[in-house]
Amino acid sequence: MNALSSTTPDLSHLRADFPILSETIRGKPFVFLDSAASAQKPAVVIDAMTHTMRHQYANVHRGLHWMSERTSDAYEGVRDKVAALLNAASREEIVFTGSSTGAINLVAYSYGALLRPDQAVLISEMEHHANIVPWQMLRDRRGIELRVAPVDERGELDLGAMEALLADGRVGLVSITHMSNVLGTVTPAARIAELAHAAGALLLLDGSQAAVHRPVDVKAIGADFYVFTGHKLYGPTGIGVLWARHALLEAMPPFMGGGDMIGSVSFERSTWAEVPHKFEAGTPPIVEVIGLGAAIDYVQAIGMGTIQAHEAGLTEHALARLGAVEGLRVIGEARTRGGVISFTVDGAHAHDIATLLDRNGIAVRAGTHCAEPLMRRFGITSTARASFGIYTTTQEIDVLADTLDRIRSFLV
Amino acid sequence: MSEAALQADASIYQQLVVERARRPLHAGTVEPADGAADGTNPLCGDTVHVTLRRDPGGRAVAVRHRTRGCAICAAAADLMAETVQGATRNEAEAVFGRFQRLLQDGETALDAETRRQLGLLNAFGELHGYRSRRKCAILPWSALLAAFKSGEDA
Repeated sequence: MNALSSTTPDLSHLRADFPILSETIRGKPFVFLDSAASAQKPAVVIDAMTHTMRHQYANVHRGLHWMSERTSDAYEGVRDKVAALLNAASREEIVFTGSSTGAINLVAYSYGALLRPDQAVLISEMEHHANIVPWQMLRDRRGIELRVAPVDERGELDLGAMEALLADGRVGLVSITHMSNVLGTVTPAARIAELAHAAGALLLLDGSQAAVHRPVDVKAIGADFYVFTGHKLYGPTGIGVLWARHALLEAMPPFMGGGDMIGSVSFERSTWAEVPHKFEAGTPPIVEVIGLGAAIDYVQAIGMGTIQAHEAGLTEHALARLGAVEGLRVIGEARTRGGVISFTVDGAHAHDIATLLDRNGIAVRAGTHCAEPLMRRFGITSTARASFGIYTTTQEIDVLADTLDRIRSFLV
Repeated sequence: MSEAALQADASIYQQLVVERARRPLHAGTVEPADGAADGTNPLCGDTVHVTLRRDPGGRAVAVRHRTRGCAICAAAADLMAETVQGATRNEAEAVFGRFQRLLQDGETALDAETRRQLGLLNAFGELHGYRSRRKCAILPWSALLAAFKSGEDA
């Protein structure tokens, strides 16, 4: 059975680029359906990082020697690649952080310091804990209010309710996921930007999932902040990105103090470096940034539009196949969605499903997916989640659906 | 892949485990109870509520559980309730100690006498190969011991 429409690009040749996919698990082919947690790495990323450490490594921005200059060039070159990926206005708008979580915390701490205590931050019911807890900490630190926009039964953002929550003009920042890590819902980012700006608020988009699955154009969206992480984009762990409009970065105070983020230092006072360096204290994750650059080159060569079309085809196929498994309920039916599918099976707990799938070489995630409030919203304690990457095939989805059928007859 | 093949692949789901998860024999609450406690696993949200009643000698003459959890947790709760019928708190703690050794080290590491004492609980012998799932089987026991304790404190 092949439900892929003729418009779905065939990317199966890319599997050969990922060394780990030839591993076997307990003698069975490794069926990796957990890319939303962290994606596998193509050889070009692994090679770029080892090449850096073997042949072209020194600290950046400091050295007057050949090796440091070359390493600085490679590191700074990635800023241009990220700017192009997001269609940012300039390379100076790209700040390297440790993760998406690090980037959101940077904004919560730094931009948060510019909010008045009578202002509010608006998030949604479908946020990852990384886009909830930093704002709770800001609330407790600064006395701001934290508002939560509801999600409807389909798993879509309730824009009417959001507008009402913005109506009093006290919201200073809207911080919303661009694609839910649980429901797969892609949020209407440009429309949210309009609503936020009309109410005098700025918009931060958590692109941890979205930036992996579709083209992102921060100018076309009209966003003010955008964050994503390297390890879900086929790059290494330990590297995240904050994009923000230049004027915002200029206005924001530094987050962490240290080397590399200063203009000059005396015991009386210090001055800050120009953006983005003002926000990059200490020796940065040099090797990881270079690995991210290789990952961006890799996905750009495939084309984010092609990646989106491929995953749309996989998702359609998966919804059809999983929908036919008796007792299986897909959580979230957003009309615009990406390749992340959470589900429950009547009478079978998500952890039992994950264990039995694992015994068959199939890796899925099970649990609350760092989104406990969303679980409560849908009246469930946990789900199993299958998520897709550029290397995922319809055959793997068929193996998942067939195995789920057998698990159900075994457990229920 | 047949059901038998799947079962062979997933030895932690022995028939007794699957049966008790599907149709527990000791589910419910003891009323009136003289000991009650909850166990919660924050990682998955699973909960076990244990109630018990004791005779004047401190023996649990009735133990029941209400479990919202995976098959391992549900079956562990049911087989625990069955195993500790008539036990004092000290005896229950001793059974739990043997059960933990079974999960930690596996059946082959235990002597014949310990395995005999474990009885029905031997159904969880394969769990030692699944480190991430051991806590599912332990959760009901932490609720049970807390229920014993709550009764004594009252």
